[in-house]
Amino acid sequence: MNKILSVITLLLLSTSAHAALNVFACEPEWAALTQQLAGDKASIYTATGALQDPHQVQARPSLIAKARSAQLLVCTGAELEVGWMPVVLRESANSKIQPGNPGHFEAAQYVTMLEVPTRLDRADGDVHAAGNPHIQTDARNFLPVAQALSQRLIQLDPANTAYYQQQLATFNQQWRAAIAKWEKQAAPLKGIPVIVQHRGFPYLNNWLGLHQVAELEPKPGMEPSAAYLGKVLNDLQQHPARMVLRAAYQDGRPSEWIAERAKVAAVVVPFTVGGTPQSNDLFALFDDTIARLLAALNH
Amino acid sequence: MLKKICLRAAIVALCGHAALAQAGNDNAFNPAFSLILSGTYAGLQRDPAIPATGFAMNPNPGHEQGFNLGESEMGIASNIDPEFRGVATLALASAGGISVENAFVQTTALGDGLNLKFGRYFSGLGYLNEQHAHAWDFVDQPLVYAVLWDNQLGEDGVQLKWLAPTDLFVEVGGEMGKGRGFPGTDRAKNGNGAAVLFAHVGDDIGVEHSWRAGVSLHRTRAANRPSDNVPDLLNTAGGVSNSFSGDSQTGGLDFVWKYSPNGNFRERYLKVQSEYFRRKENGSLTYDTAGANTTDSYSVTQSGWYVQSVYQFMPTWRTGIRYDRLDPGVATVGALNAGNVIGNYAFNPSRVTWMADYSPSEFSRIRLQLAHDNSRQGLPDNQMFVQYIMSLGAHGAHQY
Repeated sequence: MNKILSVITLLLLSTSAHAALNVFACEPEWAALTQQLAGDKASIYTATGALQDPHQVQARPSLIAKARSAQLLVCTGAELEVGWMPVVLRESANSKIQPGNPGHFEAAQYVTMLEVPTRLDRADGDVHAAGNPHIQTDARNFLPVAQALSQRLIQLDPANTAYYQQQLATFNQQWRAAIAKWEKQAAPLKGIPVIVQHRGFPYLNNWLGLHQVAELEPKPGMEPSAAYLGKVLNDLQQHPARMVLRAAYQDGRPSEWIAERAKVAAVVVPFTVGGTPQSNDLFALFDDTIARLLAALNH
Repeated sequence: MLKKICLRAAIVALCGHAALAQAGNDNAFNPAFSLILSGTYAGLQRDPAIPATGFAMNPNPGHEQGFNLGESEMGIASNIDPEFRGVATLALASAGGISVENAFVQTTALGDGLNLKFGRYFSGLGYLNEQHAHAWDFVDQPLVYAVLWDNQLGEDGVQLKWLAPTDLFVEVGGEMGKGRGFPGTDRAKNGNGAAVLFAHVGDDIGVEHSWRAGVSLHRTRAANRPSDNVPDLLNTAGGVSNSFSGDSQTGGLDFVWKYSPNGNFRERYLKVQSEYFRRKENGSLTYDTAGANTTDSYSVTQSGWYVQSVYQFMPTWRTGIRYDRLDPGVATVGALNAGNVIGNYAFNPSRVTWMADYSPSEFSRIRLQLAHDNSRQGLPDNQMFVQYIMSLGAHGAHQY
């Protein structure tokens, strides 16, 4: 009997030691970062696609089923997923990934948040109390997030500590070099006046020095109306812009309408990994973002 | 504001204290509070008190004519401690008075896919039953929900759900409760008044399609369940009052499928859903409790279904259609009542509904609904509704 028990215990231990860590990534950029840091030690499921508005996702049965077996949830936080994640977490009945547990990771906790509202009023549109959640448009934000995420991986899977440390060191080195390269490439973008469709780029603006002069949404999250677009167009005569930015998941019509009339370039930025055919990993995400902005400058 | 003052004062120590004091305030632990304001204008050609043909012994939640405040709904939810979460939904009736719609506690840390809920909750059977009125796609519930569940089956009891550890979504659940809502009757006795079993399966097909299918079973016992104004074979003016006691068993099937180009629900999506319920009741019926008062056996199988589709063709705008149909069945009436109680109505109530709604944000919605109601034989009704639904305060995530 004892023999059988010890064999079973050994079997259980060995499977848990070899099984990859089940990761549920809310957005593609965190799936890509986890991939960089955990390699084949993690089996990653990505809950949303690059062409989906991450604010408005359905709490689908498939998401609940995947969350059930996840050991680590990697999300943006800052209320970006507030419209669907609470239901997924509750229905998954998985205590490991509930807020406050090591299996619950929110990237926004590790970066300096921008646009933290000084007043909270729904009359201001879809504002997030913790600040603007679109932190992934500044490449520098990935360094503190990677550091924290790597520590979390080690905490959950201490057997592979050395591997995670190695992966983090490699990532940090490559990423720092890449940031230096991107900043050099993007130097001509400094001070360039831009229009954005949704208030999704404060981190990108802050990083590359783009100067945002207008937004196409009258309030964050509200659809641009014809009347409001007309007003923006009128204002642009006083404050001309060079390009209008939108994320790949957004409807192109408002941007194109303004671009045509204001004679500026309409730029689709991938916003996350997979948003454009070229942006197939984290490095390519910023290569492509900067290439597209530079191309618009020469428009 | 605080930040601004801090910047101006530039005394870091002072600001630190102020921030601490704010976090230490009693209010910091206040639960999430939400309020739904809704109202309807209904233009009806027929008296809404007339029940669907063949369903006079079922509930008739119906409609109210003219301008109506509708139910304002107040919701409070919070984690109680590391183990439990509590939810209360109070319905403020327009005529005054508060009713407890939901008041339940659920576990948050059982793990292993187990979810336990106890208190007063909407039963997990079917697809629409758990959805609150402000999340409905039409002004009213499908006819089958109206006549078989009095719009929604609420239960005082315990629910246990288990989610299988598989990639495919497989969920099974069971409930035991008082059986207070129709088709059960409130009663004062020990034990279980109603039982529910349900199972759901769901998945994605690519990134654009998702679906969920379910089966449910409900069992209860009715004791002296009264019904008034029931038509009879003698054509008694205003009908008679009857009373039913017996077993009630209901089986249901539900299916929902959602499609969105690229899976981007903000822009466009299509939702198709359908449910079918079939109820068999077997027991004894007392005919005309105020007069003849004759009791004999009675059994009937009632059923109904609906199919509906909602299409969001651009952000903020949606339109939908729904078809409803009921079958009152043919009752087997005991000999004593065979000359009084109508056993066969030979009519299938049905309704066609169209709606369009506009939602400037996820917190507000204005809806127009037109219906051709053919649920009462010989009394077709063209109905028009205008409705607003506004949500203040905390806005919980919506279920699938």
